[in-house]
Amino acid sequence: MNCREFADFLMSYLDNELDAEACRVFESHLDGCRPCVGYMEDYKKTVELGRCVCKDGEGPVPEDAPRELVAAILEARKTLR
Amino acid sequence: MEPAGPLLSPERVRDAKLLERLRVGDDAAFRELVQTNTAPLLVLARRFLRNEDDARDAVQDAFFSAFRALDKFSGEALLSTWLHRITVNACLMKLRTRRRHPEESIDDLLPGFLEDGRHATPSKPWEGGAEALLESEENRQLVGAAIERLPEKYRTVLILRDIEDYDTEGTAQALGLSVPAVKTRLHRARQALKSLLDRHFTRGRG
Repeated sequence: MNCREFADFLMSYLDNELDAEACRVFESHLDGCRPCVGYMEDYKKTVELGRCVCKDGEGPVPEDAPRELVAAILEARKTLR
Repeated sequence: MEPAGPLLSPERVRDAKLLERLRVGDDAAFRELVQTNTAPLLVLARRFLRNEDDARDAVQDAFFSAFRALDKFSGEALLSTWLHRITVNACLMKLRTRRRHPEESIDDLLPGFLEDGRHATPSKPWEGGAEALLESEENRQLVGAAIERLPEKYRTVLILRDIEDYDTEGTAQALGLSVPAVKTRLHRARQALKSLLDRHFTRGRG
């Protein structure tokens, strides 16, 4: 396995979708390749960062709801009655 | 002794009271619902749509759908969670129907390899773990901005899978894609996002 193949199969590896033999080949590449170890670590961090930033990272929403949008939504409700 | 009833959080109690008022058509309750939820839903819609007018339309559509479905809402989820889901659907609908932008390429953001399959330019490892990186507000904004820079079809899959916690099948169904196509797009989206973040987070940058 080379680094390109490693990168191709990385997600399947992390999702435990590789069979035992493919897993062994994957891990034996990982044992001898520092760039791929670094790539995998930062790939995992990327997933975590995306998840956390959008889940709770935006904290209190930094603005009030646009008044005209609130008004338009409430106005639209009247058409339902 | 009376068995203790299920303990409801103050948030749940408030929600149940608001729902009761909504169900009898209390105008003030509708105003409260819209005023409290519009801003966070707009943040969500902007992430999907990257266009202010479309994002506002999607939020408005979502509320409209919610108002119509209020009688069917079981109250099991919080109103905010329910509205969040409806807004995701409204965004997906908007993505499906709006005029397609020319396809943006993601190739420049994918890792490059030499002919023998080795990394062409191995990226330097990042400084610090995800938790440490997230402590800085600047970094959080960088990540948000990097997600926004992803081409639409990759961004949508990344948001659904990694942020909205849709599973692969659900994402495939929502986007009319095959399961393998979702997997490929998600992997590329993550790789591209990593590349965009590499330039900020690698050791010895600057």
